[in-house]
Amino acid sequence: MSTVLVSPLKPWRPTVKNLLPEILGMVFTAASTLFIVSVTELKGKLGFAITLILMSLITTSTISWIRRDRKAAVSSVSGVLVFVAATFVLMPLMSILYEIIRLGFGGLSWGIFTTDMSKTSADAPIIEGGLLHAIIGTLYLVLFATIASAPIGFLTALYIVEVKGKFAGSVRFFVQAMSGVPSIVAGLFIYAVWMIGLGNSYNAIAGAGALTILMIPTVARVSEEVLKLIPNDLREAGLALGATQWRTVGMIVLPAAKSGLVTAIVLGVARVAGETAPLLLTVGGSDQINFNPAAGNNSALPFYVWKNYSFGSDQAVARAWLGILILMILVFFLFSVARYFGRMKDGSR
Amino acid sequence: MIGSDGSENRNREENMNKVGVNQSGLVNSSKTTSSQSSLANVARSHSDSKDSSRVVSGSGLEARNIHAWFGKKLVLEDISINFAPGTVTALIGPSGCGKSTFIRILNRMHEFIPTAAMAGQVVLDGKDVYEPGVDVTKIRLKIGMVFQKPNPFPSMTIRENVLSGLKLSQIKIDSPDELLESCLRRAGLWDEVKDRLNEYGGALSGGQQQRLCIARSLAVNPQVLLMDEPCSALDPGSTLRIEETIRELSQSMCIIIVTHNMQQAARVSDDTGFFLSDGGPGKLIELGSTSQIFSNPKEARTEDYVTGRFG
Repeated sequence: MSTVLVSPLKPWRPTVKNLLPEILGMVFTAASTLFIVSVTELKGKLGFAITLILMSLITTSTISWIRRDRKAAVSSVSGVLVFVAATFVLMPLMSILYEIIRLGFGGLSWGIFTTDMSKTSADAPIIEGGLLHAIIGTLYLVLFATIASAPIGFLTALYIVEVKGKFAGSVRFFVQAMSGVPSIVAGLFIYAVWMIGLGNSYNAIAGAGALTILMIPTVARVSEEVLKLIPNDLREAGLALGATQWRTVGMIVLPAAKSGLVTAIVLGVARVAGETAPLLLTVGGSDQINFNPAAGNNSALPFYVWKNYSFGSDQAVARAWLGILILMILVFFLFSVARYFGRMKDGSR
Repeated sequence: MIGSDGSENRNREENMNKVGVNQSGLVNSSKTTSSQSSLANVARSHSDSKDSSRVVSGSGLEARNIHAWFGKKLVLEDISINFAPGTVTALIGPSGCGKSTFIRILNRMHEFIPTAAMAGQVVLDGKDVYEPGVDVTKIRLKIGMVFQKPNPFPSMTIRENVLSGLKLSQIKIDSPDELLESCLRRAGLWDEVKDRLNEYGGALSGGQQQRLCIARSLAVNPQVLLMDEPCSALDPGSTLRIEETIRELSQSMCIIIVTHNMQQAARVSDDTGFFLSDGGPGKLIELGSTSQIFSNPKEARTEDYVTGRFG
């Protein structure tokens, strides 16, 4: 008896023969673009990009039309357009990332994490001084804003999705309206109520209050969407076991929605971590480390960036770029931590 | 709360023997069609296999003059059924005739639909469950439910799923491990999951998930168990296991099962109710012992349905 050896294949993959027209098409696109740019008046990066897009549209659709039919041509045209759109979205993002790293990387040193700017002028070489005061300020702001807005946001979402109360529609409307509030208005609100009205002075708690106003709508809307995704079967199963509505929500719905709720917080933090305008009116700004969030001026990374950029000297602008880089790293770090805790004990998903 | 395993196994063996005898000595009445006669035989063998002298524990459930509406549309009209303790009642009928609505009325799940309304009484332990002041969570503890789609809680392990009813209704017990094992055994799942109790319920196959859901509803020791097409998404093997489970459970509780599978109704139930809607509200066309419904139905419409002439 002979055994037939069957090796695993992927017959759906294109073969070299199939790929050849596409490769030739790409070569033709590139060559013709270079030719057109060098011969005609279409010059510069923009001219090159437009020519490249047009040429690739023409070549891919022609190849598809010849190899198959009109439908395939339409399909490949839309494929190219989608690719172009994605590139247009990614390009500024990548360019921003690249610029931040290029301009901020030079300022990185251990000193920036250990000292503040209280004994250093913004004009001094970047190796002197640091931005620990701004990191501490931002951490305080994000921490207190999250502590305040996560429960409010979650409860709002629970009211809309689980309680389905009389005012669910209007609450949803106001939450949506709130997400359109300009951030400076949130700062002005805290300034008017908390400071002028109640006679408090600048501190981190006030800043966190302004950020909370901005963060609640994001947390509430994202958690609403997440809770809506939890299948009704699970709620019914809980209720059919003799649970009250709140025990069903607490023991079944919320645990099932956990990773989504973490995402809601992450998006909320992303919304507020870079806010500058409301902080101008609420935390006051400082060059000194202030561990007390309840009293005294504080700083924040966006505030630090704004201040140094306004100062304008070369060293100060370099500090501003460094501040942006650190803010980006900090936010990324917070996201990773949140994701890690969100995934822990997350069941089958 | 359950008999010892030994006696249960003996019971089952006896039942099986009797089934065997009945199937080998088939007696067909010449009038009936072949499909009807086979169902009738299945039903008869099931009713014969029931030990008539056994002691029935638990209490039944009585539905009196149940009507139901969604918005202004009447969907169920005047349904009265007395579910005796220790019996399995199958509710059959085409889709959309109100069977699911009816059993959701029995454990007060109907009221979660905002437009729903109902009239009539559901009497459990001599008391109407819709009486004002009744603690609805206690009602649902006594009347358990298994849904059409397996729905184990995704954030809980197998163990936590089975014991979730106790936690949800804040019941404390001394020996959760014993209860865990007995519930999983009664649901016919113990041998398959005993080494993986701390895995998540979602990792099980569909049939296992459904048996997990049955085990979950057993853990709170209900008097009545409602099953809404529990096997519709399962393969024949899992279906067989669940039918065995139903047969065992029927000794200690009253079971009401909605099914589209005539064979299943004939295999597991003692009584059968046939629901039908002629475009208007669903009505109970005929109610009787399963062997009678499948061999000698009084209503022509019932005969048409059980013989597969329509529906």
